[in-house]
Amino acid sequence: MEIVLALAIGTLTASGLWLLLRPRTFQVALGLSLLSYAVNLFILAAGRLRTDAPPIVGREGPIDPSLYADPVPQALVLTAIVISFATTALLLVVLLASRGLTGTDHVDGEEGDQ
Amino acid sequence: MNGWMQHLTIAPIVLPLAVSAFLLAFNERRRMLKRVMSLGTLTALIVISTLLLWQVTDGFGLSSAAAPHVYLLGNWPAPFGIVLVADRLSALMLLLSSLLGFTALFYAMARWDRSGPRFHVLFLLLIAGINGAFLTGDIFNLFVFFEVLLAASYGLLLHGSGAERTSASLHYIAINVATSLLFLIGVAMIYAATGTLNMADLAERIPTVPPGDLALLEGGAAVLGTAFLVKSGIWPLSFWLSRTYAAAAPPVAALFAIMTKVGIYIILRLSSLLFGATSGGAAGFADGWLIWAGFATMLFGTIGILSARTLTRVAGHYVLVSSGTLLAAIGIGGQALTAALLFYLVSSTLAVAALYLIIEPVTRNADEEDMIAGIAEPVFDDEYTGAPEENEDEVGIVIPGTIAILGGGFIFCTLLLAGLPPLSGFIAKFAIIDALFRHAAITPTSWLLIALIICSGLATLIGLTRAGIDLLWTPADDSPSRLSVIEVAPIGLLLATCLALMIYAGPVFLYMESAAGALSDPSAYIEAVRDAPPTSKVVP
Repeated sequence: MEIVLALAIGTLTASGLWLLLRPRTFQVALGLSLLSYAVNLFILAAGRLRTDAPPIVGREGPIDPSLYADPVPQALVLTAIVISFATTALLLVVLLASRGLTGTDHVDGEEGDQ
Repeated sequence: MNGWMQHLTIAPIVLPLAVSAFLLAFNERRRMLKRVMSLGTLTALIVISTLLLWQVTDGFGLSSAAAPHVYLLGNWPAPFGIVLVADRLSALMLLLSSLLGFTALFYAMARWDRSGPRFHVLFLLLIAGINGAFLTGDIFNLFVFFEVLLAASYGLLLHGSGAERTSASLHYIAINVATSLLFLIGVAMIYAATGTLNMADLAERIPTVPPGDLALLEGGAAVLGTAFLVKSGIWPLSFWLSRTYAAAAPPVAALFAIMTKVGIYIILRLSSLLFGATSGGAAGFADGWLIWAGFATMLFGTIGILSARTLTRVAGHYVLVSSGTLLAAIGIGGQALTAALLFYLVSSTLAVAALYLIIEPVTRNADEEDMIAGIAEPVFDDEYTGAPEENEDEVGIVIPGTIAILGGGFIFCTLLLAGLPPLSGFIAKFAIIDALFRHAAITPTSWLLIALIICSGLATLIGLTRAGIDLLWTPADDSPSRLSVIEVAPIGLLLATCLALMIYAGPVFLYMESAAGALSDPSAYIEAVRDAPPTSKVVP
């Protein structure tokens, strides 16, 4: 399972970085969202990978922490998802505005020499 | 400390946030209400941060016994819940941000708050985010406040619209979203290595991290540090800064002057807390890198100042110089140097904000002159029939009042930024150099820092003098007008604060030294957070 997750994070990061360095604004926005997926998976991995372990501790009895998954990274991921979602939405609005004002979707606001 | 005073620590975050949400409910046409509310909020924030300053020093007593004030959010004990910590450094930064916010907002009332919707809402949100970043004692909570301040800054940068602003914002947003992802990666790695996110708890656990995990911890800290260094504009991650700041509306740019200092504050806080002398294998982590990156930033900023064609670019590169100076000084470390760099931080932030505010009225007149000169020039030979001869009876040149005020303010700013005596900029630079000489051994790096401080001061003087001659001395046929009190008063307030810093340099330095002392020995901070008792439950 580790290798699958590591490959997924690596692929997402590589594609995201490549898109981030592309000249079109929409590619940049897509690249940033791919990168944020990679980071979200990475945060989840920071709490050690566990399957079939609930993150919420039950009410009764003595508690054995080794039976539970770490809840903190999951809470962090939730926050990170919300924030990156909102900033990506804002970025989309700005890139539309930039497209309207400059007439091109190049990141510098003007077509480079091709 | 009980009753309402206990909740004073959270007021700098909650108050602007609540007023911001409240103002959102009103139509833009209720401008007077919005102005009164937001200006009132910032006045209250100045009072609150002064009160906090009073609390953490036990009535300005400056005795080192006063412990930091810890506020447990949700009444959970320290490592489990999020804590807010107000110590001397935070209180100082809070006062600085409130003062800067007040002046920038006052200035914006001249006309800038009318050039787009929801200026006041975004402005207060930015203040809430900055204050939160100064107060929080938890790394992930810091991320949240960073996002709050960044989201507000995106909106403020776009304020006033226009192609240049939109295009600059596009770059600014893309860079900052990418930086936030670095922030998250760093936080995740630090959590993986230590299992905690509370700063004080981290400081306790880092000495016990097994050597095998040290690489993970240091890697995480490096990625996290990179995120803050991008915010503070370190070379080579700073090419966005001068363009972004030049594109922003003047009051927004003035407030942005403190945003680079948020990054510096966090680096200062974390390097002293997590990688201080007591943190075992990770002690002094990355100090060498900070020094050299700081030097490179100073050099880049100095060259930028000399090559800048517009005044806003000069100011932008000056922000870089001041960041570089601070980072290099943080890297070298030492209590006396930390006190001096705090003084420099306050003085340079106020001065550069004043410069951003004064640029617009100064260049506004110049633009008008250029335009008039352009019209007067003939396009075809026969077109220019000669304007009616003017009676030139005047013997002397009358300097118009506005030019006198602007010129005086501009000279004041120049002296402050270049670090010439007798103003606070000089005292700050002198204190840094003095602290370097008082170090046990004067190394080549200290000499290099001294040389760079002096050279960057000279470059600032050259750049600003050149611009000043162009804009203020070139004789104008047409007397400039339209300088309202609303614009002059905040600039005057900022410069008066710098003057006060100069006159009261002694007591201010005592405060800075006690703040630096608390940074170099973080045990009081750690104990205060660890032992903060949850308040007993009140049964209704």
